[in-house]
Amino acid sequence: MTPNVATVHPGWLRITHWLNVIAVVILILSGWRIYNASPIFAFRIPDSVTLGGWLGGALLWHFAAMWLLVVNGVIYMAFNFATGRFGRKFFPLRPREVIGDMVAALKGKLAHDDLTHYNALQKLAYLFVIVDVAVIVLSGLVVWKSVQFSWLRVLMGGFDNARIVHFFGMAALVAFIVVHVIMVALVPKTFVMMVRGK
Amino acid sequence: MKKRNAISGRIQLLDKDAIVKDAFKAMPASARRLFLGRAATLGGLSMLTGCTVVDEESAEKLLMKVSRFNDKVQGWLFDPNKLAPTYPESMITRPFPFNAFYGEDEVPEVDTADYKLAIGGMVSDKHAWALDELYKLPQTSQITRHICVEGWSAVGKWGGVTFSTFLKRIGADMSAKYVSFKCADDYYTSIDMPTALHPQTLLTFTYDGQTLPAKYGFPMKLRMPTKLGYKNPKHITEIVVGNAYTGGYWEDQGYNWFGGS
Repeated sequence: MTPNVATVHPGWLRITHWLNVIAVVILILSGWRIYNASPIFAFRIPDSVTLGGWLGGALLWHFAAMWLLVVNGVIYMAFNFATGRFGRKFFPLRPREVIGDMVAALKGKLAHDDLTHYNALQKLAYLFVIVDVAVIVLSGLVVWKSVQFSWLRVLMGGFDNARIVHFFGMAALVAFIVVHVIMVALVPKTFVMMVRGK
Repeated sequence: MKKRNAISGRIQLLDKDAIVKDAFKAMPASARRLFLGRAATLGGLSMLTGCTVVDEESAEKLLMKVSRFNDKVQGWLFDPNKLAPTYPESMITRPFPFNAFYGEDEVPEVDTADYKLAIGGMVSDKHAWALDELYKLPQTSQITRHICVEGWSAVGKWGGVTFSTFLKRIGADMSAKYVSFKCADDYYTSIDMPTALHPQTLLTFTYDGQTLPAKYGFPMKLRMPTKLGYKNPKHITEIVVGNAYTGGYWEDQGYNWFGGS
C-alpha cells in the first residue's frame, strides 16, 4: 500500500505523460509533412493537418521534439523501474487473461470499476506502445544518421527499410492514440485521474 | 559560363513548379519565403487549436537554437573513421535522379576552356586550377548511397580525387573550422573540416566512369556519402578554407547546417 491510497497516478507519471503528448503530437504532425516530401506509398497526407509549413520547417520541429520524446521517455522509464511501478502495474500479464478481456471488450462488458488496476488488455496496450516508441526512436536514428549508427542500420534492414519501419511505427502509434482517446472518452474519470492524480 | 542571379531563378521556379515537380518537390519558393512565419504559427497545429499558441518569433528562435545544438551533436557523433556502406555496380540506381533547386533545363553550362577553380582563405597555394590540372591528381572512385533530405535515396558511382589529398596539395590549414563552396548555379554551402578530411569525401569529376555530365554537376561535385544530398555542392567554382561560418543556400532557409547522415 502506498502512503496516499487515493493517488493512482503519481506526479512524475502525469508530468511525463503530458510532456509525451506534446512531443508525440509535434513529431507525428511534422513527420507527416516530412513524409509528403517523398512519399513511400501512393498517398500523401493533407498538408493542412501537418506541422511546419514546408519540409525545412517540419524538420526543425521534428528534430527539436525528438529530444523531448527521448529525454522524457528515459525519465519515465527510470521512475517506472526505480519505484517498482513497472513490475507492479504491467505484470503479471497472462495470455489467457488477455484473451478473456478481449472477449469481454468485444461484448462491451470489460470491467473498469477499479481504475487503480490495469486489465490485461490495458497492460498489453501500454507495454506495446512503450516498445513501439522504442522501435520508432531506433528506426528514426537510422533515418537521421544511417552512416554513424551502422549496426542499427543493419538491424533495420538498411536506410530505405528503416523509413518503412519508422512509418509503420508511427501508424501503430496513431492507432494506439485513437483507441486510447476513445477509451478515455468512454470513461472520462480516467482523464481527470491523469490530470489530478486521483 | 552561364551566370544567373538567385532572385530571377526563384521567380522562374514559381512558374515551373507544376512542370518540374521532380526537381522541386521539396516545396514551392513561396512556401520557402513564408516558412518562418508558418512554422512559427505551428502550421497545422494552430489550426487544430484555433489560435496561435506560442509567440512566433520566440518559437522560431528556439527551433533555430535546437538546430545549432543538433549541429554540435552531429559533430560529436561523426566518426572520422566510420565509412559509409559501398555497393556493387549492379546496385547503381539507373537512371540516377536529377536533383537541384531548379529544373533540368536550367542546368548551368560551364565552358571547359575558360574554367578555373578559384581557391581562397587559409591555404598556402591560392593559384586557380584548370580542369586538366585537376584531372592529373590521383583519381579514385566509389559507389555510395546518396540520401536526400526529402527521404529518398539512390546509389551512384562517383570518381575523383580524395578531398583531403587536394586540401593537402593546396596547403590548407587543417585546423580551420570550415570549407566553403561557391557554385556556377549560384548555389553555395559549407562543411566542417572533419567531414572534409573524411576518407570517402571526394572532389569528383566523373559519374559512372564518364566525365561528370552537366546535370550531375560538371565540372565537379563534392561527393560526401556521410552527408545529405544538399550538402554535396555541384558545378563548384570556388573553394575557401576558413573559420567564418558561411552557411548555405538551403541552410540559410532552415535546413540543418551539419546535414550529416
